[in-house]
Amino acid sequence: MKGIVGRTKRYVTVVSQTDETGEVTPLTIVWEDGRRYGIDRVLDRRQAHSLKTGGTGIRYTVRVGGQATYLWYEGPRWFVEAKETVMPD
Amino acid sequence: MFERRIIFHCDMNSFYASVEQAERPELRGKPVIVGGNEETRHGIVLTASYEAKRRGVKTAQALWEARKACPEAIIVPPRYVLYMRYSELARQVYSQYTDLVESFGLDECWLDLTHSLHLHGGDALLVAREISERMRSELGVTISVGVSWNKIFAKFGSDHDKPNGLMEITPENACAVVWPAPVKDLLYVGPATTRKLARLGIHTIGDLACADSYALKKTLGKMGLVVQEFAQGRDYSPVRSLTALEWESERVIKSVGNGITVPFDVEDERTARQVVWLMGESVAQRLRAHGLAARTIGASGRDFKTLASRSRQTTLPRATQLTREVCHAASDLLVGDWDFAHGDKLRSIGVRASNLVPARGPVQLDLMGEQTRRQELLQLDRTVDDLRHRFGNGCVKRLSELTDARLSALDPERDNVVHPISFFA
Repeated sequence: MKGIVGRTKRYVTVVSQTDETGEVTPLTIVWEDGRRYGIDRVLDRRQAHSLKTGGTGIRYTVRVGGQATYLWYEGPRWFVEAKETVMPD
Repeated sequence: MFERRIIFHCDMNSFYASVEQAERPELRGKPVIVGGNEETRHGIVLTASYEAKRRGVKTAQALWEARKACPEAIIVPPRYVLYMRYSELARQVYSQYTDLVESFGLDECWLDLTHSLHLHGGDALLVAREISERMRSELGVTISVGVSWNKIFAKFGSDHDKPNGLMEITPENACAVVWPAPVKDLLYVGPATTRKLARLGIHTIGDLACADSYALKKTLGKMGLVVQEFAQGRDYSPVRSLTALEWESERVIKSVGNGITVPFDVEDERTARQVVWLMGESVAQRLRAHGLAARTIGASGRDFKTLASRSRQTTLPRATQLTREVCHAASDLLVGDWDFAHGDKLRSIGVRASNLVPARGPVQLDLMGEQTRRQELLQLDRTVDDLRHRFGNGCVKRLSELTDARLSALDPERDNVVHPISFFA
């Protein structure tokens, strides 16, 4: 059976924009295989702990391809709660 | 009439272990021990999670004892950079409630909300709960909060309701809550003071508060009266806006010391002197960095088997900040105190300089012209300090460090991170 069995903390490359006040807005997440995911919109931004994978930082709730997901800024690195899946039998 | 202050004491529970559990979800709910390196003989429990404490693991216990008490414990090495980051993040949360945040170590802070509580709704307990909840959701760690009108009782409150606790101590309930507690629960009453107080028939904080001040002063000196005032809730010390590192630089330095647990047993005079020189050199270096000179030099050793330690000190004819004088005095003391020829072996060695005076003070010159030689030695020491400052500690080494591989592995600076915390500034 195929499905999500867990989450792991995965550091990712992020293209971001820093404005004149120092506020950082993530624009694109670059996956390890080179795939790029454009961020449509930042929905929320707050300091938060990741219950699923551990760690803490500024948590951005972002919309990617119509789906809301979390992106953490751990300063100076970014991480996501990557899905761990099993392949079909 | 003084305005009654509103002081919080926030204490992160089992700090190192909680941070490890926050960073690694697989450790949550399991007995976790953050322990020192056993190979270099620093194998003690630095912090244990509550799950481990419930099974009998205690802070500062040897790791082999801890394993015996709790065989399923997961032992992880400390990651100080990570703990400092969490400490700073916690401070950032506290700073959103008041500008008066005083660190007391990495995991504890006092907050003075007397003049800012109304900005956050005006209810101290609600604000304490909010801070506690934010720490859990933003950092993934729990804290205990003590709320009181002075720093001492606020700390008592956070110590008495762990983990994730909240305790308010008011002038109305202090006698019922604080006074029945054993006297050792009061800040600055350690094992030695507890023993002395027991001899006076003082066992609880209430006993101490109501004790005869003359007897206290006679037994404990000035500190007797200070701890009695603490017991009475008469602490007016301000919450100073200081980080843990600022504490170190603000503090009036009373002594400079350095000690090391050697990875091997020191069993001969020559090695003992070499280790003392390594320690003494860093002590003298710190004296010079702070512009201080010491009149008293002490040396201590810990027996390899019984772990009993002994220390001796001597007062020098004139205050010094010279590496050579500090090291000579300390190594003579140590070698005179331990009999290596008859089987004494040392596990750890320490050097301490006290009775400090400003180095730029007047100097009594002597007729033999020794002062000129001392000036030359000082110049040499300063040159070495400067080189080490610019190119790192290892750029200038003593010959003994180069000829003895065991000694070259010791880094007196790195192994002695000072956690400089004292309530009295």
